[in-house]
Amino acid sequence: MRHKQSISRKLFIVFNTLLLALITVLSVIPFIHLLSISLSSNTAASAGEVRLWPVGFSFDSYVYLGEKVEFFRSLWVSVKRVVLGTIVNLFLVFITAYPLSKSNDRFKFRTPYVWFFAITMFFGGGLIPTYILVKNTGLIDSIWALILPGALNVWNMVLMLNFFRSIPKELDEAATIDGAGHWIILWKIYLPVSLPSIATIGLFTIVGHWNAWFDGILYLNSPDKYPLQTYLSTLIMSMNAQMSSISIEQIKAMENLSEKTLKTAQIFMGALPIMIVYPFLQKYFVKGIIVGSVKE
Amino acid sequence: MRTLKKEYLLHLMLIPGVIVTLIYAYGPMAGLVMAFQQFEPLSGFFKSKFVGFDNFRYVFQLPDFGQVLWNTVIISIFKMVLFLVVPLILALLLNEVTKQWFSRIVQSAIFLPFFLSWTVLGGIIIELFSLNGAVNGLISSIGFKPIMFMLDNQWFRGIIIGSDVWKGMGYNMIVMLAVIIGINSTLYEAAEIDGAGRWKQMIHITLPSMAPILILLAVLSLGSILNAGFEQILIMYNPTVYEGADVIDTFVYRLGMFSQQFGSAAAVGLFKSVISLILVSSTYYAAYKYNGYRIF
Repeated sequence: MRHKQSISRKLFIVFNTLLLALITVLSVIPFIHLLSISLSSNTAASAGEVRLWPVGFSFDSYVYLGEKVEFFRSLWVSVKRVVLGTIVNLFLVFITAYPLSKSNDRFKFRTPYVWFFAITMFFGGGLIPTYILVKNTGLIDSIWALILPGALNVWNMVLMLNFFRSIPKELDEAATIDGAGHWIILWKIYLPVSLPSIATIGLFTIVGHWNAWFDGILYLNSPDKYPLQTYLSTLIMSMNAQMSSISIEQIKAMENLSEKTLKTAQIFMGALPIMIVYPFLQKYFVKGIIVGSVKE
Repeated sequence: MRTLKKEYLLHLMLIPGVIVTLIYAYGPMAGLVMAFQQFEPLSGFFKSKFVGFDNFRYVFQLPDFGQVLWNTVIISIFKMVLFLVVPLILALLLNEVTKQWFSRIVQSAIFLPFFLSWTVLGGIIIELFSLNGAVNGLISSIGFKPIMFMLDNQWFRGIIIGSDVWKGMGYNMIVMLAVIIGINSTLYEAAEIDGAGRWKQMIHITLPSMAPILILLAVLSLGSILNAGFEQILIMYNPTVYEGADVIDTFVYRLGMFSQQFGSAAAVGLFKSVISLILVSSTYYAAYKYNGYRIF
């Protein structure tokens, strides 16, 4: 009886392992394909001959990329955006979460403030009114248009707030007795103990700023101010526009004209930083998800 | 008087967050008055002419609007169902894997696209499914005619749904795995003594233990039924597939930013925001009642 069961169990394990391995391979193949195209010769790539291994191996696209002004200009904008945006976001999250983490008897106006922020999670003005407002505040074509409208992420603030609440009250009370005010408590006590949470939220924010592209399209008029992902989106949309031309011959002709390997090289470079920090992302994100979803 | 002195610093800390939220979250909400105006950017909110519900009447009678609404709902429903079923199956299969290193590799491969932007993933998808892309290469190598995936309304809708599942399924999978791991192991030991095999254990222990999180995820996703995936569709679609994949958000974007019909675009946005508000608040209320789920 026991023996028979273990045979079917073994069969299941083999099948399960094969299936999961297949899913894993299928998930990774698109990225390998992308990398292979970028490392192939342009003729082979345009003819669609490349599969999982470069055809006519060449580094040309990456060499050419090194001279591409648009790429490096937008990369620099992205770096500025990530640094500025992350500093602003973290500062606001930190300083806003602190008062709201106090209990109602220590901060009488807590509830109205909480409602003030919570409402924005459920209702918003939508795309067009937001655009008009960003325009009216004079941010069009400025890097601040990518930072200020989303400067306070309420979800991250809630994560921070929940963490602050888990800090033992005794720490607070002891500091208060020693004569420390809120400002000192915030920077000298809360900041050091919440560094892991800040790192987690910081990673969320960095990835968010790095990946954002649509706000660039919406708020920036001059392409030389585009961050990398917005610049990439214009490449992809032009790829797409070419494809929707009517005849197959036309498509083929246009695909030959386009520098396919260079485009794929740039797309790959857009993903590379995320792939490099991915192990950390995964670790912190898993913690964040579990804190965020399985809590009291 | 004493509390005020202690609390004034807490108010001060909230000032930056309140200002940003007031301008960029409440500002656009107030800006929704433009939905009832014949809005002219030069005249602004105060001088534009009020036209009552004319914008709504105009938009609702547009021939495309019904199709746009239908596309939005049908795409979201498919995504919602798959975002529950696919991660559930993956989590259950992964739970049967005994080798930790293998499980970790599979999880990493599945979770990676979640962190990448739609520019990168959209670029890859367009590349894979274009007429002389890798998928069509495979299809013609086994003797079939190439398919115009990105230009066919049915196929394209499938690609939108499938690629979003590819990007997002890792998230729910991680949440579900965390829940499975948290199930009390004595339950399984007791079941084993009673002679229940792995299959029976899954049916009678694992699945019932997951019911709360499954219901919670389902209920919470209902609130975003009008979000069919704006950035994803915007970067992948083209005029040929508007019929099958134009959704409310992309429709609003084109109506506002390209046709410059700000009032009408804001009207559609308001229509969407109000329905979403009703859905989100009632689903959160349900989640709170059923599961004690709270944000704050």
